[in-house]
Amino acid sequence: MNRVIARRIYVNISGLRVIRKSFCSDAAAKVSGANCDPPSTESEVKQSFINNDHQYDVAIVGGGMVGMALACSLASTPLTKHLNVAIIDSNPALGKLDSIKKEDPPDPRVSTVTPATISFFKDVGAWQYVEQHRHAYFDKMQVWDYTGFGYTRYNARDVNKEVLGCVVENKVLHRSLLLRMQNTDFRKTIYPSRLTSMALLPSSSPVNADGTSSTTSLFTRGRLAKLELSDGNSLYAKLVVGADGGKSRVRELAGFKTTGWSYSQNAIICTIEHANENHCAWQRFLPAGPIALLPIGDNFSNIVWTMNPKEASDCKLMNEDDFVKTVNHALDYGYGPHPKSSSLGSADMWSWLQGDATISAREHFEVPPKVIKLASERMVFPLSLKHANDYVSKRVVLIGDAAHTVHPLAGQGVNLGFGDASTVSKIIAEGIAVGADIGEVSLLRKYEAERKPANIVMMAVLDGFQKAYSVDFGPLNILRAAAFNSAQYISPLKRSIISYASGEQRLPLPLPLFSVISGFGESKRLEVTTCYILGRLKF
Amino acid sequence: MSSISKATRQLRILNGCKNSLPNVRFFSDYSLPRQPISSAATNSSPNIAKTLDQLNMNVVPSSLKHTELAKFSVIADTWWDPEGPFKPLHIINSTRLAFIRSTLCRHFRKDSYCARPFEGLNIVDVGCGGGILSEPLARMGATVTGIDAVEKNIKIARLHAGLDPETSNIEYCYTTAEKLVEEQRKFDAVIASEVIEHVADPAEFCKSLAALTVTDGATVISTINHSMRAYATAIVAAEYILHWVPKGTHQWSSFLTPEELVLILQRASIDVKEMAGFVYNPLTGRWSLSDDISVNFIAFGTKSSQQ
Repeated sequence: MNRVIARRIYVNISGLRVIRKSFCSDAAAKVSGANCDPPSTESEVKQSFINNDHQYDVAIVGGGMVGMALACSLASTPLTKHLNVAIIDSNPALGKLDSIKKEDPPDPRVSTVTPATISFFKDVGAWQYVEQHRHAYFDKMQVWDYTGFGYTRYNARDVNKEVLGCVVENKVLHRSLLLRMQNTDFRKTIYPSRLTSMALLPSSSPVNADGTSSTTSLFTRGRLAKLELSDGNSLYAKLVVGADGGKSRVRELAGFKTTGWSYSQNAIICTIEHANENHCAWQRFLPAGPIALLPIGDNFSNIVWTMNPKEASDCKLMNEDDFVKTVNHALDYGYGPHPKSSSLGSADMWSWLQGDATISAREHFEVPPKVIKLASERMVFPLSLKHANDYVSKRVVLIGDAAHTVHPLAGQGVNLGFGDASTVSKIIAEGIAVGADIGEVSLLRKYEAERKPANIVMMAVLDGFQKAYSVDFGPLNILRAAAFNSAQYISPLKRSIISYASGEQRLPLPLPLFSVISGFGESKRLEVTTCYILGRLKF
Repeated sequence: MSSISKATRQLRILNGCKNSLPNVRFFSDYSLPRQPISSAATNSSPNIAKTLDQLNMNVVPSSLKHTELAKFSVIADTWWDPEGPFKPLHIINSTRLAFIRSTLCRHFRKDSYCARPFEGLNIVDVGCGGGILSEPLARMGATVTGIDAVEKNIKIARLHAGLDPETSNIEYCYTTAEKLVEEQRKFDAVIASEVIEHVADPAEFCKSLAALTVTDGATVISTINHSMRAYATAIVAAEYILHWVPKGTHQWSSFLTPEELVLILQRASIDVKEMAGFVYNPLTGRWSLSDDISVNFIAFGTKSSQQ
């Protein structure tokens, strides 16, 4: 239908042009040379251009959560829903949509999605599908450490919110985005293959232009990027999006440099079962790293436990009963006593700073619910940090883990990726609104300018957490505890932390400092860390 | 300039003050989407003054200033270099297009949530240069005619538009607005962006623009204010300090104030309905639309049925 209209309009335009030509001065007619073809030929060229199956507006490499989120966002935005999109991913899950059964065991890979991500999913129309599957909202969070000096409880009502976040299995998030895509009339083509090479020629000097608009001549004039796939197919796109994860092929082929390091730490991830449903997110800082217990719905919770590689492999190999015991120990009296509200001068010490106290300031320390059994395999991942020095170049843009891999500590990684997808979609819509070529680097830089500072701050904060707890030293422990207490009792600080963690504040300038103090320990060291990272990760 | 009466000169009061233009709606009266764009400031500029005399230009005779045409001919090759002498135009482009999109969509009752809202509109871009504004207008669906009095610009614009099938149907003509009037061409919308400050007789120029506009059609003009702040930013800062544009690009004395522009357009039976300013934030390097018309401003008017 669109093509028919496009053709008719084009023919009309061509017709008008012929009439108009006669009005133009002789000088104009002389130079127009190449443009003076009879209208019929031109409309045929246009027709073949439209019909070309291997030419796309956007090619998304990587159909994971972040890539699909971008596709969904483009499909549900009025200014971008007409775009012709290719998705390149060898994952067979993209082709078929088998349903996730309620009784299936929960996947150990989960994401803590922030309120900002939830509203993004609602905007693109995918949240309704998440709600049909297992998911767990939580409105409370307790953070404490092994020294027994302090704790912080966060409550969604402190910031007049219903929830602090929602824990969802990655496969549910992915499936929901796919289901949403199925229900739109978005023009998308899935290539079940891998990217092998990518080529982009520089804009040719206009003098060499041959005036035709075939796909290959557009490529030779630098108007399209060419992608070659492992199955022998090739395609062309105005814009290539690298959503292909931490080991991004697009990033490599486009020659983007990265900055990063790995931590000598591994995270062990698994699903466990309680006797009753859990509605709170728990995180305890232990000498070797934090352990987090996140509700995922029904009686299940997810464990993300950071420790040194030796301990991690021990934990993975030990029998199930021992592992459950180790987890319960780590979440209760293991490594140190329970914190008391009265330690470090108690609430009174902070009363002058409280203003109107938050609801959670009166909440006491609680012990997390006991784990009764292991409900999935145990997976071990090494922790690392990686950041691409550039997110964009001509006709190429990186999103999600391809641009930045973070410490999985707060489950923030995927939220940053969804933030990227949302911004790229918005920037493309803005470009289309003002008639820009969507592969223009000046347009894409707007995405980089918006996301890079936010991502770097989050990375610095998370890296800071990690570094602050990699040292067990008396005075430092007291500082950390003081920070916990300040976060517990100083309301503005607490609200600011919650809204940052919710993804609502994009660049909270005082916050790296705040969360550093509040959190997570030794402020000087973390400030230094932040500056260090900001210095190393080039803006 | 001569045709602007003394009375008009006296209207030069409080530039940038909303109240001095009571019948014009301003940017903040609407919830326009803001379109910030980023930039950084570096470039090199060819020496215009030197090459100006050496050049023997082949230009269309009209009320235009020959020296102005010669200036642009020298740097024509660099139209599409985003880091070249036309960098300010590249970075301000999406901001002016945002204004054009929102005013034209409202006036012609087009769906602004559509990718090609200008489908069916005939638009002429007067002083199109290398086609920086014409190409996006074509991508937004308009049937675009770009005219320029510098032949080299037209050649460059044609070649560049030919690179993309979405812009290859733009009609570029080496001619002037006056000539098009003689040819009795009419357009739904006439746009003259950053041109009026380079013409010898703005009042005559506006009459030509009006003559090209169909009754109830739209005219959009953007230019630089004749204010001290504009002198400081557009000439001193942009030409001498930041070297964004070659020295001598602008003559402060040829700038018009918004009040003068409204008046000369009114005489050409175009009622200015909306106005907005472009504001540059040096901290973020972004341009945005605002009510502050004291430096760069853009005006949208409609042609009344008189005349």
